[in-house]
Amino acid sequence: MATLEIKDLHVEIDGKEILKGVNLTINTNEVHAIMGPNGTGKSTLASAIMGHPKYEVTQGEILLDGENVLEMEVDERGKAGLFLAMQYPSEIAGVTNADFLRSAINARREEGDEISLMKFIRELDKTMEFLEMPEEMSQRYLNEGFSGGEKKRNEILQLMMIKPTFGILDEIDSGLDIDALKVVSKGINEMRGEGFGCLMITHYQRLLNYITPDYVHVMMQGKVVKSGGKELAQKLETEGYEWIKAELGIEDATVTEEA
Amino acid sequence: MTVETKLALSAEEVRSFSQSNNEPAAFADFRVAALIKAAQLDLPKPDKTNITKWNFTEFPVHTVESSPFSSLEELPEDVKAIIDTEGQENLYIQRNNTPAFIKLSEELKAKGVIFTDIQTAVRDHAELVEKYFMTTAVKVDEHKLTAYHAALVNGGVFVYVPRNVIIEVPLQVVFLHDNAEASLFNHVLVVAEQSSAVTYVETYVSTVEEAKGQANIISEVIVQDNAQVTYGAVDVLAKGFTTYVNRRGHVGRDGKLDWALGLMNDSDTISDNTTYLMGDNSSADTKTVVVGRGSQKQNFTTLVRHWGKNSDGQILKHGVMKDAAQSIFNGIGQIEHGATKANAEQESRVLMLSEKARGDANPILLIDEDDVTAGHAASVGRVDPTQLYYLMSRGISKAEAERLVIHGFLAPVVTNLPIEGVKKQLTEVIERKVR
Repeated sequence: MATLEIKDLHVEIDGKEILKGVNLTINTNEVHAIMGPNGTGKSTLASAIMGHPKYEVTQGEILLDGENVLEMEVDERGKAGLFLAMQYPSEIAGVTNADFLRSAINARREEGDEISLMKFIRELDKTMEFLEMPEEMSQRYLNEGFSGGEKKRNEILQLMMIKPTFGILDEIDSGLDIDALKVVSKGINEMRGEGFGCLMITHYQRLLNYITPDYVHVMMQGKVVKSGGKELAQKLETEGYEWIKAELGIEDATVTEEA
Repeated sequence: MTVETKLALSAEEVRSFSQSNNEPAAFADFRVAALIKAAQLDLPKPDKTNITKWNFTEFPVHTVESSPFSSLEELPEDVKAIIDTEGQENLYIQRNNTPAFIKLSEELKAKGVIFTDIQTAVRDHAELVEKYFMTTAVKVDEHKLTAYHAALVNGGVFVYVPRNVIIEVPLQVVFLHDNAEASLFNHVLVVAEQSSAVTYVETYVSTVEEAKGQANIISEVIVQDNAQVTYGAVDVLAKGFTTYVNRRGHVGRDGKLDWALGLMNDSDTISDNTTYLMGDNSSADTKTVVVGRGSQKQNFTTLVRHWGKNSDGQILKHGVMKDAAQSIFNGIGQIEHGATKANAEQESRVLMLSEKARGDANPILLIDEDDVTAGHAASVGRVDPTQLYYLMSRGISKAEAERLVIHGFLAPVVTNLPIEGVKKQLTEVIERKVR
């Protein structure tokens, strides 16, 4: 079992504090969902875990099996087993999807132990078929000219090919039609198991109809303010966030300027 | 008043060079007349680069003698790598100024295709050469360097594709530069007659560290009505040359000319790639990639000039600048009056890898007709940190992520070169230069 621990995490962007002490522990074989209104710091949490250069951690810790993630470069975090399915994946012209994926897989392997081309192609074909992606997408340039749905599918393709220990999914459901949502969810469910832990960030309870979370957390004002099981998500769906705000005496859930 | 420049050769020397090559008397006269013009004419004025102090005229010797290759086994490894020594049926290798190897398939010979060194063409195909040599695409008296070139031509290739002949396999040319003293006044003349098709790929390889001579290179590509030409080039000339390279196309009705140019010289370089879209429905697609390094100064002008109605011109230029290299990228779409429904598009992008490097993308549209479409995109910047973050988040190291982005940026030409060895060589040159 592997564990990702986030302790008292404070994060700034351009000098403004967005996260104000997030605590969260995720184990493999668990799926956690983070919900919350817009502007409460959910995506910042995802980017800070991965090490986005614009986000500065000012306080707290992120530990992966006790190892200090904050001391690692972005690529070292990736190699250590973290994966972020991004809300807005970059487009990289001239680099084919297949070449990129092979580089990513080989980056995790020792020199001289690179994946064989045949094995790689077999796995890629199989996974693309599973995600109902047309074969030609492997030869298209990475995310270039992909529709929103194609980009999300491509993030899941990478997740399934790279097989990280922890997958963080930043609004993987936003902008997806139902068919694409089903396929993306199928991919994530396929990953579930002993070697994989997942942190899903979403606005919408609908995603959780397809991927049942083990734990649900609510973020407001840059902190996790409420945690529970999957029934918490259902309560949010029927009753909204107002009752939590009332319970905690919060008027504005978003991260405020002066803080 | 123009001050006459002292040139390296006299009229007598030019005439005696022509005679020693058994050129027709008319060609000797042509050279001498050009030499006189060269002394009087001004240098070209590439936009935004001042070349008045550059040395384009002096060199140690006009021609050097090199041994030809009796078999491809004798080729240096750098050249072997870009040739499919067994599969390549049509191949010309020039070593410095010496035609060193030539091969043309019997099938193409039987169809009337001519593929030969320029000296032989001047002698054996005088009528065709006279018709097209610096008469249609490039004119002798455009400026000092065109005239100087005409006077001193000492190498190059002639390709002639008769009417309706479709050449399926690429013709390959390698210009090997392995003598530091050598100067390259190469002239490539490609004539594709009506409804013919040909793919031509040339590579310049220097195996010496530093050149002492001049490189004054002109290519003329005549694309007659309904013909198609694809012209690929990879230039990797050593530092020390002052390089002037002019590649120009002249395209007739329904004709199509595609350029894929990998300009990887280590020398200071002025490159002019112009396509004249003369006929209605003619089209040009010009793709250029460049890597500048060291203290190189370069100017790359790509011009597509439209006379034909409904003609289509596409310009793509991608440059990577490192160290203290300086480059100007002029992209010009020019539409003449009467060229209705013409379309001129261009995209120029420069990627800067160091603080001291300079790269200017200079998009220009000159339009003298109302009923046209045109567009341009230009950008100059560093490797996008968001792209690096994305790639690195997949476990790819920063160095490898940068490598992927740069190779991707230069891929438009690499993927368009039709010969596997040349493609691979360009990739390796890029690898070496950006490291």
